[in-house]
Amino acid sequence: MLKKTTTLGVTTALALVMGASASFADTIKIAFIDPLSGPFASTGTNGLHQFEFAAEKLVNEKGGVLGGEMFEIVAFDNKISPKESLIQLQVAIDQGIRFIAQGNSSGVANALTEAVEKHNKRNPDSRVLFLNYAAVDPALTNDKCNFWHFRFDANADIKMDALTDVMAKDDSIKKVYIIGQDYSFGKAVADAAVANLGAKRPDVEIVGNELHPIGKVKDFTPYARKIVASGADAVITGNWGSDMLGLGKSVIENGYTGPIYTYYAAGSGITAAFGEQGKGTIRLIAQGEINPPATQEAADMYTAYKAKYPDGNIDQSRIFNVIDMLKLAIEDAGTADDVVAVATALEGMEYDSMWGGKVFMRPNDHQAIQDMHIHAHTDEGVTFDYDNSGFGLVTEETVKMAAMDSPSTCDMKRP
Amino acid sequence: MDLILVNLIDGLVTGLLLFMLSAGLTLIFSMMGVLNFAHASFYMLGAYFAFQISLFFGFWMGLLIAPLIVGVLGAGVERYGLRRVHQYGHVPELIFTFGLALLIEELVQFLWGKNQMPYDIPEVLQFTAFAIAGNSIPAYKIFMIFVSVGIFIALLYILTRTRVGMIIQAALSYPRTVEALGHNVPLVFMGVFGVGTALAGVAGVIAGPVLGTFPGMAFLLGSIVFVTIVIGGLGSLWGALVASLLIGWITTFAAAYNIAFADILMAIGFTMPEDLDDSALRDLWTLTLPQIGPILPYLLMVLILVLRPQGLFGKRDA
Repeated sequence: MLKKTTTLGVTTALALVMGASASFADTIKIAFIDPLSGPFASTGTNGLHQFEFAAEKLVNEKGGVLGGEMFEIVAFDNKISPKESLIQLQVAIDQGIRFIAQGNSSGVANALTEAVEKHNKRNPDSRVLFLNYAAVDPALTNDKCNFWHFRFDANADIKMDALTDVMAKDDSIKKVYIIGQDYSFGKAVADAAVANLGAKRPDVEIVGNELHPIGKVKDFTPYARKIVASGADAVITGNWGSDMLGLGKSVIENGYTGPIYTYYAAGSGITAAFGEQGKGTIRLIAQGEINPPATQEAADMYTAYKAKYPDGNIDQSRIFNVIDMLKLAIEDAGTADDVVAVATALEGMEYDSMWGGKVFMRPNDHQAIQDMHIHAHTDEGVTFDYDNSGFGLVTEETVKMAAMDSPSTCDMKRP
Repeated sequence: MDLILVNLIDGLVTGLLLFMLSAGLTLIFSMMGVLNFAHASFYMLGAYFAFQISLFFGFWMGLLIAPLIVGVLGAGVERYGLRRVHQYGHVPELIFTFGLALLIEELVQFLWGKNQMPYDIPEVLQFTAFAIAGNSIPAYKIFMIFVSVGIFIALLYILTRTRVGMIIQAALSYPRTVEALGHNVPLVFMGVFGVGTALAGVAGVIAGPVLGTFPGMAFLLGSIVFVTIVIGGLGSLWGALVASLLIGWITTFAAAYNIAFADILMAIGFTMPEDLDDSALRDLWTLTLPQIGPILPYLLMVLILVLRPQGLFGKRDA
């Protein structure tokens, strides 16, 4: 038995060495730094699969970039800790990687963007770019912005801006209840909701604005009672994970029938768990149209993805935008080594996304401006469901190029 | 007024659910002197087993079979795990159950993944039983109340009115004497452990659809169960019931009323500092009751330990 294991080990090691040496041949590496173990492992792993798939389909199968150079995604597990992320960033830089992708947790993104800025200042020969595909803290493209950071998702303020644009059109909404998790993101969502609703619909009454302890509430029934008792016509929440599901289910079960506007009430089992109950109630603000698929290319891509990962969802379609935009920028710059040239090509890029609409990388703060959609959780008209549940997100409303002229406090310093 | 009634019902549901968990734990603790850290993990196993069974045979078969499997597993853990560790004293037993809790959590993640499971209320119970001033009480909550009250009555009957119950009660206080009288005390221990874990399993089966079935569910409920049995008094079924209901109502009412501490402080004569950011007590001034709700049971436990260390209904020191 021992001998067998040893042989197996040696073979694996050999295979790894050979694999590694094979990959030295002209690849452009992208470091994927996100949680691959621990409580958020499923989110991180799902993101990694989408990155690998996008690189394969959009770049490698089409002959690569710059006449045959391939994209390679190199995964680093940061255990969602900012400290660990900085170590992994250093490892990635030491391996000669020029592009860093990260998305889960704004805390990590804040640490990474600072570290990248410092590194690039001190080491002009090995500069790196930070491709942020999901961390939505507005500060990253405002006070803390820098030339090396690009955000491909809409930030929390833009999402709320688009969400309230749609809510403002609905005259039946008179009373709004805001509830969130008691930490920076929950507070940011609540503040943005109050500010936006106040500006767009001064007649709307905010009947509740509260934060609950994050990950500690066993039973959301008392909160649900307060929401029902307040007579709210709409609920806004930035909750995610089990806090999202617990709150949503409880509110629906206790007799609330209006819309619940959310940021993260889909995928990772949540869509399946809401099932029939969430129909007609759960709404979600996000980029990318899945149902109906925006283009034939997107539909084919989703079908191929499901063939490879039957249990997976494409729940972050912007990842495909990241890969394709990076590819175009590298081709435009004519090099993958000079990241200043690549960043300059990326700035101001207007990109036609297969998931619908345009993506415009705003040069003054490196915030992607794109169409935002209000999705409904339903089982009607669903081409691609989530969690193999028959339920999915169907586009209900679209805000074109959301928050195009929104102000930014970013003072971009270019090299 | 209406809302108070609604909160009373909600608190009752939470409390009774907690009771099903703490009833088994308190018996196990008082009998073996072991804090079973894995108790809430059996609750989680109950939910996952029932979910898996419900996929093939429906919710009711899950309710019937899942607790049985959990109970047999629990008895097995006692027979082949705890009993062997027992001879080395209490600390190894504690470490054993602690390790078991971690193991079960990893196992659940391995088998079912880290996502939420779509475990849902059976369709026959998906209606509103009645409504109080616009607050609907789902039929499932009424069902939960009936199940847990039924279990309480059955337990009380067995423990106080039957021969088995008398032996268990005797073994709780004088295991050596009971053994000398010719009773198989290790078998009693195994039975109590099995029934206790099966009760946790029942709690998991009926709580899974409302509180969510996910790998973190054991951790979320684990610590509060210990608080319950300390407040109630070790080995006391009535104590477990009273403490569970108390905690259920405390947490429900605390979350339901947005009482700000600033109001309380001002009512008793303090003046609010003009610039809160400079005040050393800033956090106290901005606190609200729902924010501190989850720690209130722990405060109560500390108070009980100071004033009445044996718990509300307990006969021995904790």
